[in-house]
Amino acid sequence: MSWEVVIGLEVHCQVNTKSKAFCGCSTEFGAEPNSQTCPVCLGMPGQLPVLNRTAVEKSILTGLAINGRINLESKFDRKNYFYPDLPKGYQITQFELPIVEGGYIDIPTKDGEKRLGVTRIHMEEDAGKSMHEGLDAVSHIDLNRSGIPLMEIVSEPDMRSADEAIAYLKQLHQIIKFLDVSGADMEKGQFRCDANVSVRRPGEPFGTRTEMKNMNSFRFIKQAIDYEVNRQIELIEDGGAVKQESRLWDSVNNESRPMRSKEEAHDYRYFPEPDLPILRVTQEEVDAIRAGMPELPSQLRHRFETEFGLSPYDADVLTQTQALSMWYEALVAAHPVNPKQCANWLANELLGRLKDMNKDITESPISAAAFAVLLDRMEDNTISGKIAKDVLDAMMETGQSADEIIEAKGLKQVSDSGAIDSIIEAVIAANPEQTEAYRGGKDKLFGFFVGQVMKASKGQANPAMVNERLKALLG
Amino acid sequence: MDIDVKKIANLSRIRLTQSEADELAPQLNSILGYIDKLSEVNTDGVAPTAHPHDVAMPQRADIATNPDRRDALQKVAPRTESGLYVVPKVIE
Repeated sequence: MSWEVVIGLEVHCQVNTKSKAFCGCSTEFGAEPNSQTCPVCLGMPGQLPVLNRTAVEKSILTGLAINGRINLESKFDRKNYFYPDLPKGYQITQFELPIVEGGYIDIPTKDGEKRLGVTRIHMEEDAGKSMHEGLDAVSHIDLNRSGIPLMEIVSEPDMRSADEAIAYLKQLHQIIKFLDVSGADMEKGQFRCDANVSVRRPGEPFGTRTEMKNMNSFRFIKQAIDYEVNRQIELIEDGGAVKQESRLWDSVNNESRPMRSKEEAHDYRYFPEPDLPILRVTQEEVDAIRAGMPELPSQLRHRFETEFGLSPYDADVLTQTQALSMWYEALVAAHPVNPKQCANWLANELLGRLKDMNKDITESPISAAAFAVLLDRMEDNTISGKIAKDVLDAMMETGQSADEIIEAKGLKQVSDSGAIDSIIEAVIAANPEQTEAYRGGKDKLFGFFVGQVMKASKGQANPAMVNERLKALLG
Repeated sequence: MDIDVKKIANLSRIRLTQSEADELAPQLNSILGYIDKLSEVNTDGVAPTAHPHDVAMPQRADIATNPDRRDALQKVAPRTESGLYVVPKVIE
């Protein structure tokens, strides 16, 4: 009998504000330890939090992008626990009435799109950072991160495989990057994930779940979920039972182990945050935020497919970042005759070369307008596609225009039938045996002749004309 | 309603002797019993109160204004090293 996997995800995402959620400390990454702290984020007595307006707006924007309902009244609560990286002894969060409820994200699957529910998005604050490595009886605490605004985005238990979980996370990550509500840099811990995993027989109620904590790479998340699914199935099939617990993924040994926290640690004794009144936003404010929302990746993908005739694959590649999609649109505007050619050359040639240089599209040494001229020269048969690749190399290296390089290197395609005929005649004269064999019925040799003619013309002969004239002169 | 004083003390990181716990339990229970009187009031049709002050949430513009005052702020810490707070080892 088969098992069904049930996964729900909680994503903690740092909101990219300049200052912290409740005080005027900087959020800049990589500063000297504890240099960005104040009595508020250090939890000193008598200090009062004052909410960061931008954190509210960015949380609302995210809620709108995932089709959620914005609560015009939301409130803050205290989540109480003791840990040295939490100086107040509680985290300010939204427990009862979060800013966003409901919503969904569509993911591509091999059976078409699948809609995955989002339960809620609530605002909260990050804790500080504890360091243990290389230390004996002590830990070190840096509180620069303490109080940085977070959004926690909680999904419904709608994913049925690790792949669906990863697809959801990638969509969410992309939306967040597009909206510029978070740097979402996983290595910097700006986008972290907890996964709730259980298994059941199809049609039965949910099984007991375990929570895989604090993972910050798509690869580890997939490994951790796959491992946990196998562990639970083996456990149940051997007559055991899954224990509800939090587990940590050990990416060195590729296994998970239970966290050593006591059950009581989950007794957070939430209560309303007395230092913060109700957060009220108006429908007008929400509408204004919605009006300023950029086109989202899913909308862009759809538009690129319908307006420009791109394949779903190309549309996906070109909407990975907002900068890339804008670059593509600028390119199509400058070379409107062939949007598909624009997509192919951008995705395969330019992005490939940039990747080799360890650069992204924003650091491209050539502009969309300059790249469009290169495509124009292929379109008007000045150069072949093969020569165009060499010209592109030279453009990337020197920053010169396509026309300057074609002119300087004498790369203009030969489309003069007299010139092409004389090259073909020379090739035929130089290869009497092959000519005889071809004429005797060995059709496969045609490619040999094309190659010889292109070589003799240094790649500059117009390939379509070479084909046509070769057939005429050989036949 | 009976509360588990030992458990609450532990969650709050307050060390209690057995005799202190025995003394506090009836006191806390009588406070809770007093608050419980509220449940006698009929609140049908009354919107829940989330905060006693019906005021607008003050909000800050997103500007980093605080200077680095690490040295002054760390004077009250029992132990620091290279700008980091030093605490008894905690690790999962």
